[in-house]
Amino acid sequence: MALKTEEMILNMGPQHPSTHGVLRLELKLEGEIISDVIPHIGYLHRCFEKHAEAMTYPQVIPYTDRMDYLAAMYNEFGYALAVERLMGIEVPERVEYIRVIMGELQRIASHLVALGTYGADIGAFTPFLYCFRDREKILHLFEITCGARLLYNYIWIGGVSHDLHPDFIRLTRDFITEFKPNIKELNDLLSYNQIFIDRTANVAPLPKETAINYGITGPNLRASGVKWDLRKDDPYSVYHKFDYEIPVGSGERGKTGDCWDRYIIRVREMEESLKIIEQAIEQIPDGDVTSAIPKRVKPPVGQIYTRVENPRGELGYFIISDGSLNPYRIKVRAPSFVNLSIMGELCKGWMVADVVAILGSIDIVLGEIDR
Amino acid sequence: MNLSDQHFTDDNIIITKVEDLFNWARLSSLWQVGFGLACCAIEMMATSASHYDFDRFGVIPRPSPRQSDVIIISGTVTLKMAIRIKRLYEQMPDPKYVISMGSCSNCGGPYWEHGYHVLNGVDRVIPVDVFVPGCPPRPEALLEGLLKLQEKIRNESFGDKNV
Amino acid sequence: MKSAEEIFNILKEKFPGSVTELVADKPVDPFIEASPLEIDKICTFLLESEEFKFDSLMNLSGVDDANGEKEKDEKGFDTIKGGTLSVWYHLESIELKHKITLKVSTERENPEVASVAEIWRSSDWHEREAFDLYGIKFLNHPDLRRILMPYDWEAGHPLRKDYKNPEFYQGMKVPD
Repeated sequence: MALKTEEMILNMGPQHPSTHGVLRLELKLEGEIISDVIPHIGYLHRCFEKHAEAMTYPQVIPYTDRMDYLAAMYNEFGYALAVERLMGIEVPERVEYIRVIMGELQRIASHLVALGTYGADIGAFTPFLYCFRDREKILHLFEITCGARLLYNYIWIGGVSHDLHPDFIRLTRDFITEFKPNIKELNDLLSYNQIFIDRTANVAPLPKETAINYGITGPNLRASGVKWDLRKDDPYSVYHKFDYEIPVGSGERGKTGDCWDRYIIRVREMEESLKIIEQAIEQIPDGDVTSAIPKRVKPPVGQIYTRVENPRGELGYFIISDGSLNPYRIKVRAPSFVNLSIMGELCKGWMVADVVAILGSIDIVLGEIDR
Repeated sequence: MNLSDQHFTDDNIIITKVEDLFNWARLSSLWQVGFGLACCAIEMMATSASHYDFDRFGVIPRPSPRQSDVIIISGTVTLKMAIRIKRLYEQMPDPKYVISMGSCSNCGGPYWEHGYHVLNGVDRVIPVDVFVPGCPPRPEALLEGLLKLQEKIRNESFGDKNV
Repeated sequence: MKSAEEIFNILKEKFPGSVTELVADKPVDPFIEASPLEIDKICTFLLESEEFKFDSLMNLSGVDDANGEKEKDEKGFDTIKGGTLSVWYHLESIELKHKITLKVSTERENPEVASVAEIWRSSDWHEREAFDLYGIKFLNHPDLRRILMPYDWEAGHPLRKDYKNPEFYQGMKVPD
């Protein structure tokens, strides 16, 4: 005699300690095994694109900050790069080096939040505190440069708003010396911990072809074995002058492209970012940082699509200009928007507790999904 | 006037009013719902980390609204989310308090003008006790907001809330 | 690696009626105009042919061209009648490292475009967003419904240039 079973629908609602923001996941369950996951978004839709049509080009920069609030410098970088390419402005070399240093420091800060909260979701609370302790040092560096801890309005079209503080280079060197042993501490505490490996290795491996067809970019794509990084494959700014590696996942503790691979790629990217910052502060030239900032930003009629390598993937700006002071249309291709659409495909056949591990390894930020 | 400042005279006996005792107990262990919406949530997480430490004031995050006293609305409130915030507020047991953190939940923030999906201030759906300005407010500002809430609780009387 | 002219010439030979022109005089990216109902056949060819191999769709966005007649409707608000809405596709090939931009235009009153959701799975959510904010219907899409706005939003499509806000939504005052 067979038992009659029914599919159950469970709601991981907008308020949840592990969904990294206001995301609603509708889980369809057969007992404990998942048959489908449907994400519902839009709880943080703040109408960025409508605001951008009403503001002038420089006034849009604080709004771009607030989209991906964990990597605000990179959002501004991408937007400033797009408008400068449309207008044909050349920025001084000192500005390029400052932007790269700020971008790489921001990448380390963003990865620290991702790793700390991933540990907290799995159940390990201590790495969260260690990661935030190191992040405070980076936020102090940002604060002495531009006055803000989280949302900066620092990288402007044609330059940056303030030059570096006289103590900045010395404090950055101190930070690099203090941070290198802390990565080893994080590895001992979390990455090679047997309980963590049991929770994340071999969970939800993502094959290469599926990842490319779904448009996944960033550390998630590199963990599946594809060596694609926009800093090397479509270079922008002065990234071609530095010597650094691109870590690629290879299934060290399980299959290629599983959750542990996506996690360890981020740890290794932090080490590579330290190398870039060290080389940049040796090579930085002198110059005036505000000399190329135009008085009025009025691009010619046309359109452009530019992309940069956000800590989460490929951040693209599609700007259409009609020759006036306000943009006609700005569309932001947010990496987390595309990365989240793979949740349904990736979670089939795993258990409810694995959903938390998979969602944390994709590393989303709701601000840029909903814009 | 903190209860623990009183002198212990006769064999560890304190004489006080019941109101002061209840208020002191409530303000010393405000448990918050783990609820973060947008950028201000990151500053709230930084406040509960070790550099600025919320825990020394007795504030710990709880996952469910049924076990908490205070909800900190940190981030932009959209129309889609406002209905759910109202439901969360109704699920909290009395006595409950609300801190509105950041300018988006105070008054709509930078999105007040052309935001067709943004609610101009969370006080349009739930009653708010303390407003903390800033975009985002520094962790010290949030701690000041918490101290102001504690001040408000200290001066409450039984007729104010239905307890 | 192929340039935009080479891609345009090969496409024009293969799809004579559907691919119309290459616009390369304005800054910065050159783009190819194509017809909205044949775009899925063009994209299948671009994905599968050996010389192109466009295996990744970077971006898909809707645009309101606002090139129709401006007139006032019965309540006195500005509306736009006639004109077009367009959809822009940005494709790239990870193997062969080249990029191309495509544009299709469709009429404003009843916009319909063939969906490419079965070709590149990344376009699934992008097309839902274009439907939500502009009202463009994608034929043969597996699940076309609103994604960012609430499911019961009845006041239209917000990013159009002549959009007007409703007064109240479920008891809350909507700012204008």
